[in-house]
Amino acid sequence: MAFDIALDLVRGERRIALTFATGAGITALCGPSGVGKSSVLAAVAGLLRPQSGHVVVDGVTLFDAAQNVSVPPEARACGLVFQDLRLFPHLTVAANLHYGERRAPRARQIVGFAETVRLLGIEDLLARRPATLSGGEAQRVAIGRALLAGPRFLLLDEPLAALDGALREGIMAVIERIRAEFALPMILVSHHADQVARLADHVVLMDTSS
Amino acid sequence: MLTAPEWAIVGLSLKVGAVAMFAALPVAFALAYVLARGRFAGMILLDAVVHLPLVLPPVVIGWLLLIAFAPAGPVGAILQRWLGITLLFRWTGAALAAAVMALPLMVRAIRLSLEAIDPRLEAAARTLGAGPIDRFVTVTLPLARPGVLAALVLGFARSLGEFGATITFVSNVPGETATLPLAIYAALQEPGQESTVWRLALVSVLLSLGALVVSEWLMRRTSKPGSAHGV
Repeated sequence: MAFDIALDLVRGERRIALTFATGAGITALCGPSGVGKSSVLAAVAGLLRPQSGHVVVDGVTLFDAAQNVSVPPEARACGLVFQDLRLFPHLTVAANLHYGERRAPRARQIVGFAETVRLLGIEDLLARRPATLSGGEAQRVAIGRALLAGPRFLLLDEPLAALDGALREGIMAVIERIRAEFALPMILVSHHADQVARLADHVVLMDTSS
Repeated sequence: MLTAPEWAIVGLSLKVGAVAMFAALPVAFALAYVLARGRFAGMILLDAVVHLPLVLPPVVIGWLLLIAFAPAGPVGAILQRWLGITLLFRWTGAALAAAVMALPLMVRAIRLSLEAIDPRLEAAARTLGAGPIDRFVTVTLPLARPGVLAALVLGFARSLGEFGATITFVSNVPGETATLPLAIYAALQEPGQESTVWRLALVSVLLSLGALVVSEWLMRRTSKPGSAHGV
């Protein structure tokens, strides 16, 4: 199993419970807005601590309430592309891309800087600040930053939501290439049926009762 | 133009102000960090204590410093015994008084910039492999930089104007503790010193105005929208 996940999360008034186990490739996490998809990604990344359950990725236990195991986010080797991107505003695009790369052990790195920049088509953006990027440009930089950090798996939170037409097609092609070239397990949050149908190898549905 | 003794007064004021602001900076940053990020029961009390020098009569602060740093005082005795130094009647004492008086303003400026930092950026740094100190140095500190710069300028400006606590704590010793305001006060006590008063007052106005303009400019650059909190 690429992802073996059982979570019981409490966020304020709400309780999110979700269990799934999926194989290699892309797992699409679908459901209406506000159902807690981003919270599930945060828990898999270690930014939220579930009340109970476990998070096992490719056989490595990242969290297990019963065994009192909780690997801190900085040690999970998780490439999380946030819905709000969270590029560092005080750093150039190049420095944003290098941020995770410089902190990842060499053995874990799956792709070089030059190749990532070419794959994402962001060669001309390297000297710019995030505030000057368009939505599509910033989205690609955020994906690049996560890829270069030597991730063992990727979590993509609505990577296509802010984009239209050709840009959306470009990012979908990038995600397909990442799957083909690096064999990284991925969780993709989306609520667009067409994207899910095209990209997903597995589909996990969340609804308000889950 | 200024006379040589008047230049010495300006020089002393700049030295006291510079030492005061750099000495107060680490303390101000630590307090600002705790007040911006901490969640504990005594927060309101700590906040009030930090702001005390802003509202207490400066003479009270000076008197408290005098009690603490007198040769027989709790801090003064230790300094005298272990380091063989005293702050009484010394420019270092003037710098300490200025630092204490400037502290609330510096804490405020740094705290504002820390509170404007989106904690989600620190969470992003975590997922990219940055530990606590790493995140602090590469994300928090650079984003707080405008506030730190503003705090330095504000602290410097406040130090230049310090009077009550200084004269109470270290007296008005020409060439040692007689900074601009104290020298102006001394000149006012003597007949025939009007031109000195005018010149020193003008220097004070120019220095303070410059510092305020710079700090306002820095604060404007730091106050950006979008400081929502989340994971």
